[in-house]
Amino acid sequence: MYKKLAEIFKQYEGEKGAVITVLQKIQEKLGYLSEEAISEAAKFLRMSETEIFGVASFYAQFRFTPRGKHAVRVCLGTACHVRGGEGIMKAVENKLGIERGSTTKDRKFSIERVACFGSCALSPVMVVDKGVYGRMTPTKVKNILSKIK
Amino acid sequence: MKAGVTFEKIQKKATLQWEALQSSNKPRILIGTATCGRAAGSLDILKIVKKELKNLNIDASVMEVGCIGLCYYEPMLDIIKPGKPRISYSSLTPEVIPKLLEDYLVKDNPRPDLALGYIGEGKVDGIPALFDLPVFKHQVRIVLRNCGSIDPENINHYIANGGYSGLVKALSMTPEAIIDELKKSGLRGRGGAGFPTWMKWDFCRKAPGTEKYIICNADEGDPGAFMNRSLLEGDPHSVLEGMVIGAYTIGANQAYIYCRAEYPLALERLGIALRQMEKYGLLGENILGSGFDFRIKIKEGAGAFVCGEETSLIASIEGKRGMPRSRPPFPAISGLWGNPTNINNVETWADVAVILQKSGEWYSQFGNEKSKGSKTFALVGKVERTGLIEVPLGTKLREIIYDVGGGIFNNRQFKAVQTGGPSGGCLPASMLDSPADYESLTAAGSIMGSGGMIVMDEDTCVVDMARYFLTFTQAESCGKCVPCRVGTRQMLNILQRITRGEGEQGDIELLERLANTVKSGSLCGLGQTAPNPVLTTIRYFRDEYEDHINNKHCPALVCKELISFYILPDKCRGCGMCLKNCPVTAIDGGRKMIHVIDQKKCIKCGTCLEVCPKGFSAVIKVSGKKIKVPEKPVPLSK
Repeated sequence: MYKKLAEIFKQYEGEKGAVITVLQKIQEKLGYLSEEAISEAAKFLRMSETEIFGVASFYAQFRFTPRGKHAVRVCLGTACHVRGGEGIMKAVENKLGIERGSTTKDRKFSIERVACFGSCALSPVMVVDKGVYGRMTPTKVKNILSKIK
Repeated sequence: MKAGVTFEKIQKKATLQWEALQSSNKPRILIGTATCGRAAGSLDILKIVKKELKNLNIDASVMEVGCIGLCYYEPMLDIIKPGKPRISYSSLTPEVIPKLLEDYLVKDNPRPDLALGYIGEGKVDGIPALFDLPVFKHQVRIVLRNCGSIDPENINHYIANGGYSGLVKALSMTPEAIIDELKKSGLRGRGGAGFPTWMKWDFCRKAPGTEKYIICNADEGDPGAFMNRSLLEGDPHSVLEGMVIGAYTIGANQAYIYCRAEYPLALERLGIALRQMEKYGLLGENILGSGFDFRIKIKEGAGAFVCGEETSLIASIEGKRGMPRSRPPFPAISGLWGNPTNINNVETWADVAVILQKSGEWYSQFGNEKSKGSKTFALVGKVERTGLIEVPLGTKLREIIYDVGGGIFNNRQFKAVQTGGPSGGCLPASMLDSPADYESLTAAGSIMGSGGMIVMDEDTCVVDMARYFLTFTQAESCGKCVPCRVGTRQMLNILQRITRGEGEQGDIELLERLANTVKSGSLCGLGQTAPNPVLTTIRYFRDEYEDHINNKHCPALVCKELISFYILPDKCRGCGMCLKNCPVTAIDGGRKMIHVIDQKKCIKCGTCLEVCPKGFSAVIKVSGKKIKVPEKPVPLSK
């Protein structure tokens, strides 16, 4: 594990308050924060594992279980809520057969809820990996997700 | 900066480049590819434009620009033919692009049917001037002046449009004179609290200590707000110029931009902008030969709403859990790592740049007596023309919603407008004539906030909205102080009961008592404002709460536990659409049979209502009453 992360650690050697940034980079590389990774980060940052976990668990961005190959993120911000974001979320859940916050058995899809993407004028909004889809309808959900392999 | 390179030389080079672009004999195409444009499909449009230009063998320049705020009309593209004004085309689809390019660029037909308006000198038959359209009538372009017109990834474009001249001016002034200029401008914090910016700077400048910091708060966490994202994506340098001016005034040599990770494009463009500044000697050591050193670092937020609060934000930059602490000491005295720190919102920094470029007096001509200048708002929800707007402070809510926003979506009735996100309040129709300024919104029980403006119509249930906001703030409460942690949870429980039809007498009074406790007993802005949506909805829509509690009736037909769907036997023609689409097989029927919904199985998703053919309209949604329908499917009478 250390070998995998050494490059990240090298970049932040001696930097003040780098905990969150280092954890972000680790998650970017591994897809989530494994116990091993947290333990390595603790050594590098000269903090206890508990402290690291305390920081990581405070922020919504950090995951402690692996995510599916494709992240389907549905916005439930205010504008999306007013324009039927919940219905979009339900359609995604129905289509993938799992609930929000979980991953399909084949590890292909994960569903996440997001508070706001800032694309409110095109609400409701869904984001699959890096593609942003605006003005969603339940039918569009089915079409978009069917095309993703 | 290389020796001998002065700002005049940089400026001259930039201006030449910009002018060459303007007077180019090639047609130019501008495509808005900020996040909102991308969500509407602008990257597909970009691809097709490039391909078609090749097919048509046309030599044209294609430039990606930020958002001009007309999200409702996305995807958009603008075409500038040499010697002609710029024409904006809206609501495009990939299919119309080849024809549009051929018609205008080859056959010289500007296609007024697809055009929204033109910008600049000259006239085009059949196309109105863009800035004369009702959507722009009340708007001004101060903070957003460059958004949509310049390439945000090209520093020369910014410089050619007056950029960094504010910094040059500032470097020739004393810090006192700069603060004086800000005082004249009347600028107040655009993050929402409205504290006079000059005073904040002055505190930090005068605070003892040699190591000082400045921070740009780009943790736009309010759901329903995207002003800062648009600005950072469309004109990052205006924010950065303001920061350098601030650092010079206060005497800080290091800055942080705390930007949320949900804004990848803004982060990317900030990174590009910082590298360009360094190259031009606008950042780093001895900025423009002034002897002043300054560096900016980007910190990515990790998804915590409370980090928009300044002391939490500082804790987060230090690598801790983003929890607020009590003030005093204020960050101006003891902030980041215990040093004097000045935090301003993205928009405030951009305002500083334009104030120094023009003057404080110029800026203060906009707005009203106590709230000077302009403010950007994210106008969203059930409004016809959603988008990012900029209006002088003090513009009436009615003008914003009806003139700029074009009124309510689908000709429905206005019910309320929420300003200030989850920390703000829900204002009813009787408040539409209030001016959008700090004092008026506070007096009405809401707040200015950072600029989210969510419009709700008669199909929005205010009790459900209050429940929605509380769900958000309750989940985002950091848990440090009891009134916020426990109080928001209890308020949410009550609201959930009411929306489920289990409300009891005394619930409203209990909610009010809890709300006031949370408001007065919480440490930071999150807890102090979290009850606002509940208090304002009770204040202005008490009858709707009473209807939910006493009559188990949701007048907007939103609260699921209080509504039912029925198929009217005299209207059903037995087509089977509802049966086929019902996700839980709650509908029984058959060919030429009147269909019936099993109320016990129904999950109230509304699919049957959506798919029932318009000509029949046999499905109805009701609340608080039962409709007499057959128990089992029966044959159609004729």
